[in-house]
Amino acid sequence: MEGRFIIETEGLTKKYNSYTAVNNLTLRIREGEVFGFLGPNGAGKTTTLLMFLGLTEPTSGKVRVSGLDPTREPLRIKEKVGYLPENVGFYDDMDARQNLRYVARLNRIPDEISSRRIDELLKMVGLFEEAGKKVGTYSKGMRQRLGIAEVLVKEPSIVFLDEPTIGLDPDGTNRMLELIQSLSREKNITVFLSSHLLEQVQKICDRVGIMIKGNLVAIGPIDELAQKKLGVEKGHYTLEEIYMKYFKEV
Amino acid sequence: MSGIFTILRKELEDHFSSTRFLLISALIVMVGVIIASMVGMGIQEELKGSTKPTLIFLFLFTSTGKLFSFVQFIGFFGPLIGIILGFDSINRERISRTLSKLVSQPIYRDSIINAKFLAGIVTITVVLVGIILIISGLGIRLIGVVPGSEEVGRLGIYLIISILYISFWLGVSILFSVIFRSTATSALASLALWIFFSFFVSLGANVLSDMVAPTPVGQTRPSPETIMKQAQVQRIVSLCSPVNLYTEATSTILNPMRQTTKLVFVGPMEQLSMMRFQNPLPLLQSLFIVLPHLISIIAITLVCFGVCYYIFMRQEIRTV
Ligand SMILES: Nc1ncnc2c1ncn2[C@@H]1O[C@H](COP(=O)(O)OP(=O)(O)OP(=O)(O)O)[C@@H](O)[C@H]1O
Ligand SMILES: [Mg+2]
Repeated sequence: MEGRFIIETEGLTKKYNSYTAVNNLTLRIREGEVFGFLGPNGAGKTTTLLMFLGLTEPTSGKVRVSGLDPTREPLRIKEKVGYLPENVGFYDDMDARQNLRYVARLNRIPDEISSRRIDELLKMVGLFEEAGKKVGTYSKGMRQRLGIAEVLVKEPSIVFLDEPTIGLDPDGTNRMLELIQSLSREKNITVFLSSHLLEQVQKICDRVGIMIKGNLVAIGPIDELAQKKLGVEKGHYTLEEIYMKYFKEV
Repeated sequence: MSGIFTILRKELEDHFSSTRFLLISALIVMVGVIIASMVGMGIQEELKGSTKPTLIFLFLFTSTGKLFSFVQFIGFFGPLIGIILGFDSINRERISRTLSKLVSQPIYRDSIINAKFLAGIVTITVVLVGIILIISGLGIRLIGVVPGSEEVGRLGIYLIISILYISFWLGVSILFSVIFRSTATSALASLALWIFFSFFVSLGANVLSDMVAPTPVGQTRPSPETIMKQAQVQRIVSLCSPVNLYTEATSTILNPMRQTTKLVFVGPMEQLSMMRFQNPLPLLQSLFIVLPHLISIIAITLVCFGVCYYIFMRQEIRTV
């Protein structure tokens, strides 16, 4: 694994009053890698993503995304980062194309350029046929796929995906996972995804980090963690076993 | 400024294609046309044969006829336009979770609120200019008088004050849409404030003036001094309401026979006959009288927007 570090944090902490949501997080993500961010509900995953984007100010510590400080230069980061929130929202009275075009315009992409890109993306996520329908009529999975298309409209160099496969059918899930992998492999896009679906994470992630109650308790390639924690060789474990082991320790 | 035009454009498209916009414009046009025709025909009757007094054109807007004048109608109904355009502008996006999407695009956060405010003002302007043009057109046909430059100037100032006044209400409702998460709550809060300023301030003014200058016991009628004092207190208190501020300012601008903003005890037809002997107040003088009103309306609008801006910029935008 070579490549420069595209996300770096040092001692990153976020407190809500006296409650520590993220505690002293130190992390480095390489350009083009697929990083899985795991942890139980309320562990602080979303909070971390929000700090990367400059949507929440850290209480203390340092973050650099693509060499930029999110609190100081949020706009330049938002130009490069595509963010898929936990629950994506759309303008329900507009159709898929109009929604994507609006985001493209907010990213100052001229309509002539975005038109073609939007069609390509709609084909890629399998919504091309239904692109003319109002998004209000879409199913949960269709919305999720549209969310992915929306993230990619700005041609980001990093994507943050919060629970990207939630609500997708098995076929949709597989296509989503393939898509995420191809982003990393073909376009060298860094993927930072948080998920509870460990099987999927195991399939596509180069490295994982496990966060529990605001603390990063483990980080590294899955094989390495397996060897360290379970003492087993490649292929004889599941990510779930590793995760549960860490979870029980805390 | 980044992104503001994109958002503005979308908000305008939303406003102009919405059913509520259609409904309020239809209502305003309907009421405006009815009032103007009634007043116009009334003037036509009254003035048969006689020469037309100066500034007769403005009567289309200020004459109460059988119902109420157009100016009174906007004074009362205008706030509702502002409220309807703004009460769900931020919290609707919060509920549909599009707000978190907006703020993760490369735009300044204040562009969102600025664009929403601007879109509302543009919409208000379009509605008001439209209705004033319709009434004027109707008036020209009915009375057969073309407004002179003085009348056009007065109407222009009236238009500006009205836009500001409705923008204040737009600001109030956007503020509530920032504070309250539910659109029903923000709508109700705006309406409550509207009702308070429209009715209860005047009521309170009456009560307060009686307290400050009570009619002495034993006397059946208050003395002239007491009446004066009561009127003064009433006026001061009622000017705390933007509704009264607006009504007073616009009637001064559109009715140049009124030399001051104080009480005038004459009916419209007496005014008409008085006008034949009086000289109307020059436009500049009228403007001078309403300048404090104008500044107050601008100030409360700015304060309202400022508070809204401050709260919005500090709010954490996480999925609700
Ligand atoms: N504005 C806030 N005020 C107070 N506490 C907050 C606030 N936002 C988040 N928290 C707390 O921070 C903690 C971390 O929340 P976060 O959303 O980051 O968890 P998560 O790891 O994304 O969980 P999930 O897997 O359920 O999405 C939670 O305990 C939450 O209650
Ligand atoms: Mg989360």
